[in-house]
Amino acid sequence: MKYLCLAYGDEQKYAAMSKAEIEEMGVKCKSHDEEMRQGGHLALIASLAPTRSTTTLRPLNGKTVLFDGPYAETKEQVGGFFILEARDLNEAIQAASKHPAARVGEKMGCALEIRPIEFYEVTEAIQA
Amino acid sequence: MEKSDSASVLAKVDEVYRLESRRVLATLIRLLGDFDLAEEAVHDAFRAAVEQWPKEGLPGNPRAWLVSAGRFKAIDGIRRRARFDESAADLARHWEGLATGDEETPASPSSPGGEPQGLEDDRLRLIFTCCHPALAPEARIALTLREVCGLTTEAIARAFLTEPSTLAQRIVRAKAKIREARIPYEVPAPDQRPERLEAVLRVLYLAFNEGYSPSSGAEVARADLSGEAIRLGRLLVELLPDPEAKGLLALMLLHESRREARASDQGELILLEEQDRSRWNRGLIREGSSLVEEALLSRRFGPYTLQAAISAVHAEAETAEATDWAQIAGLYDVLWRADPSPIVELNRAVAVAMRDGAEAGLSLLDDLMARGLLADYYLLHSARADLLRRLDRKVEAAEAYRLALQSARQEPERRFLEKRLSQLEWKNPGET
Repeated sequence: MKYLCLAYGDEQKYAAMSKAEIEEMGVKCKSHDEEMRQGGHLALIASLAPTRSTTTLRPLNGKTVLFDGPYAETKEQVGGFFILEARDLNEAIQAASKHPAARVGEKMGCALEIRPIEFYEVTEAIQA
Repeated sequence: MEKSDSASVLAKVDEVYRLESRRVLATLIRLLGDFDLAEEAVHDAFRAAVEQWPKEGLPGNPRAWLVSAGRFKAIDGIRRRARFDESAADLARHWEGLATGDEETPASPSSPGGEPQGLEDDRLRLIFTCCHPALAPEARIALTLREVCGLTTEAIARAFLTEPSTLAQRIVRAKAKIREARIPYEVPAPDQRPERLEAVLRVLYLAFNEGYSPSSGAEVARADLSGEAIRLGRLLVELLPDPEAKGLLALMLLHESRREARASDQGELILLEEQDRSRWNRGLIREGSSLVEEALLSRRFGPYTLQAAISAVHAEAETAEATDWAQIAGLYDVLWRADPSPIVELNRAVAVAMRDGAEAGLSLLDDLMARGLLADYYLLHSARADLLRRLDRKVEAAEAYRLALQSARQEPERRFLEKRLSQLEWKNPGET
């Protein structure tokens, strides 16, 4: 089964961090990232641009209307995602718990959400 | 089989249902991979037993018979539905594979050696799945009481003072999450077991407490929930003899031993020190105390065992005055280091007051207050009130009882506090 994992964080808190703190975090993240890559469950991984560059499309009176900003106006926003292949939720939790958002980044309000994927298709038209 | 025996066979079916239906369910969930299908299959299996056992006689192994009957009925049902529903056809093919392929699984009822292997594991699987930390805490309790204990949705709703429809919804949602997120039906691997066991123990503890001192309402306690939690605790200790599981079972038994003595015939709450100790259940105390000893000897115990040890010290005292407060205060020190919560601090302060005098306990409680902890917890205020009363500081004591009344939610607790307050106020003018 495939699971979509969404890594959350608080952009404001991140912006308030000092350069030294960010560097320190970067060092910690690297080993966790590497551990996850080695884990053999990762199908795809991506990190996202800040939400200020986000556009949301909503249906309104039969038309598609564009909104500036993310779907949910909350403090914690998705900052990255990855897709895991795992036998079951326990295996997915184990694999996902290696991601930095589940281990470090408490200061940035980090969190990791695991969503089972019901339908998954990789098209051949575009190569990664 | 003689016809005259059919009544006794039916009585036997009832007994088997009481003793085995949850085990049969636990195994069928594994074989069928779905809670709802398995529940339906359990009903079908017992329906078949009621029809066939009086005619054919009791099977040698009723549980194995029920498991295969349930599995057969479920697969048959899927096949029949597949004829009408294309989407069920895939499922049917899936179960055809299961129906023929599972004879080699370790839990096959036909495995040699008398007691079928792995069936006990099915009950553990069921417990760990119902208490999975990915489920909402309130859903874990509801699901465990429903699936593992076999309580009806109505009974659970009554115990938690919830609408049956709300509770049913909670259970439906939890089952959907198990299915959709694919929460595995397994006993966690040894490296994950301590953490997962903690979640299981938490469910038992909350269920017991809800039965022993419900969070609101008029009765002092609802015995059936506590009884179920104890039954489950015994089962857990039997299947997985972990020291903390023993500690929790001991704690529940020791509390349960005082049930008769902790409320008057009018439903008034009676404090430990005022209880008629001849009404304590000695059998439960003996069982609890020996479990505490076992757990302590393992040296791998935790907070539940320590709380049970404290409860055992109380249980050993012939009278309230004979209580070994030095030992209790010492155990609270250890507990506070293992589990530094404000509640433990509060209880420790009370023990210190009994060992070193009211003044010493009061200063610990004032320290808690100063840090703004437990401000809404009636027991902090009533403990302070009690110590102030003993120190003859009546005005402050009355003030503390009033604070306690503001946060007490249960009727018997409120009546107790009101009584204490009126005694103070009544005495107050005459004595000053």
